[in-house]
Amino acid sequence: MRHALALKIGPVSFRIGSAWREPLAQLERLYAGYPAADEVADFTVRLEPATPWRRFARPSVAIRGDYTLPDAAPLPLPLGLLAAEMGMNLQMALGQKRYLLLHAGIVARDGEALILTGASGAGKSTLAALLGEQGWRFMGDEFGLLDPETGFLHPFPRAISLKNAALALFDGADPGRLGPVLRGTPKGMIRHLRPPADAIARMAEPARPALILFPRYGRDFPAEDRPVGAAEVFVRLTQASTNYVSLGARGFDALTALVAEVPARAIDYGSSAEAIAMVERLWAARA
Amino acid sequence: MNDARLLTRILADPSRIGEVRDWTALLCAARAESLGGTLAFRLEGSPVPPKVASILLDARRDAAQARTQALWEAEMARRALADTGIPVVLLKGTAYAAAGLPPALGRSIGDLDILVPRTALPRVEEALLGAGWEWVKENAYDDHYYRTWMHELPPLIHRERDRMIDVHHTILPLTARRTPDAQAMIDDSVALGDGLRILAPEDMVLHAVAHLFADGDLAGGLRNLWDIDRLLRSFTETPAFWSRLDARARRHDLLAPLQRALRLAARFYRTPVEQALAGRSAGDALYERRLLARDGWGRATRRGTRLGFYVRSHWLRMPPMMLAKHLLEKARR
Repeated sequence: MRHALALKIGPVSFRIGSAWREPLAQLERLYAGYPAADEVADFTVRLEPATPWRRFARPSVAIRGDYTLPDAAPLPLPLGLLAAEMGMNLQMALGQKRYLLLHAGIVARDGEALILTGASGAGKSTLAALLGEQGWRFMGDEFGLLDPETGFLHPFPRAISLKNAALALFDGADPGRLGPVLRGTPKGMIRHLRPPADAIARMAEPARPALILFPRYGRDFPAEDRPVGAAEVFVRLTQASTNYVSLGARGFDALTALVAEVPARAIDYGSSAEAIAMVERLWAARA
Repeated sequence: MNDARLLTRILADPSRIGEVRDWTALLCAARAESLGGTLAFRLEGSPVPPKVASILLDARRDAAQARTQALWEAEMARRALADTGIPVVLLKGTAYAAAGLPPALGRSIGDLDILVPRTALPRVEEALLGAGWEWVKENAYDDHYYRTWMHELPPLIHRERDRMIDVHHTILPLTARRTPDAQAMIDDSVALGDGLRILAPEDMVLHAVAHLFADGDLAGGLRNLWDIDRLLRSFTETPAFWSRLDARARRHDLLAPLQRALRLAARFYRTPVEQALAGRSAGDALYERRLLARDGWGRATRRGTRLGFYVRSHWLRMPPMMLAKHLLEKARR
């Protein structure tokens, strides 16, 4: 393709090709300082005109690659960076078969991992990002990669995708770590944040899962936590996994082992300060 | 070298991996041609770089799981149709997997394809609908299109397992120029241990040939041709296979497509074929050009050639006036 870039995020290497320079230039700035990609890529992403004339006239970026959703809507070129991120996520969601994918924010401390998972908008991404700035090792805000052979989680520290109100929480971050503000995306306003340096430096280091939390954000929610039964944890994690079914018995064994060994709680919170205090308390009290 | 051509050479002869300069491009072309799992099995045990070995291992595991799912889906259909007493013939990928035939190794399997006698269609429909399959939402024209002119029912999807079933009642569209004898294929089909059936060897080859060259626009052609290569290699050990295949091809009005398939399989995959039956044709070059229209980024290339074969696929499917009306209807949407 006209322009190409290789990226390595955690154990996964991507080859991204684009008909335009801008999305890749933005991606390169955002991922500055990441280790060099493997010579052979796990996945290929293509950003190409939805139709030939769309390269110039009202250019729109179709997201394609090894794995493609037939009905994925193209994005306008100014959102090309988002298209690249979506393209990489799509390859993982549809093509990743080595690890069980958990749609979750993951942070770690002393080699042990905290899994934050829940419905879209529950705040797992924001919480993982905040914790990553406050003494935790950020491992990812999108996917946890559970290795069925070892039971360990591998980091997948791609650029953090801050959405809408969460942008303001990181106004103080080093501007060099922030991508452009993307307005009018399907999920509102988005800005990407490069993870902290130690998250990138240690992205080959897996961690043992030690606690699962199901956060739920609501401005009027009283801060409280409650236990979640093993069966419910299991079902919620199958729903949070994009490849649980396609992994078959390996996925089932990995997930049942995780649920049997790792304690889980649901937490409601009305502010991020409350959430962080609760996370610290539950982490200290984990079984 | 064209990455699709390199892919065919490596599949035919894995000892040529020394020729691979760009593994990412090869893997990408293989995935785009639905040959990723096949390549992974062909290269099992070959000395490849560690990263490639790990990608291929994932692909083999994935193919094994896909096989399990496909066979389970066949079993679900068997249970749904068992009481009707209607013979159910598995087709394509599921048939290869159920019969343990060589093309199944690493093959991706999408929908479940079955063949049943045309007269049994109402009962098959009823039994499947009763067992949890539902019509994929279609408009009235699509439904009419399938039922009046096509060789299969409109697609059905299972509401819990989210898997599609294609119920074929003949081999090519009812309107197609060539008219294979579906009833003869069903009559000569072979029972598997569990009561499901597969086509007899010659018919299995001819069914793959019909789909590759007498229908469709050659999308996925390299994979279909690989199926044919693997089938021929496993069947030709039987004496008199070639003469039976020849006779059967004439019976089904598929001699010319069969000959083309034999020549191209031999060219791409070095399939041992009987030269006298394969014959010659200058037109093969164009087919070759179409089959290799894929680059190392997984992109479809050679737009003009592709368009030509797309037009041809419709031309083969229906007479000109009917085609004109059909395209007009599609264009109005």
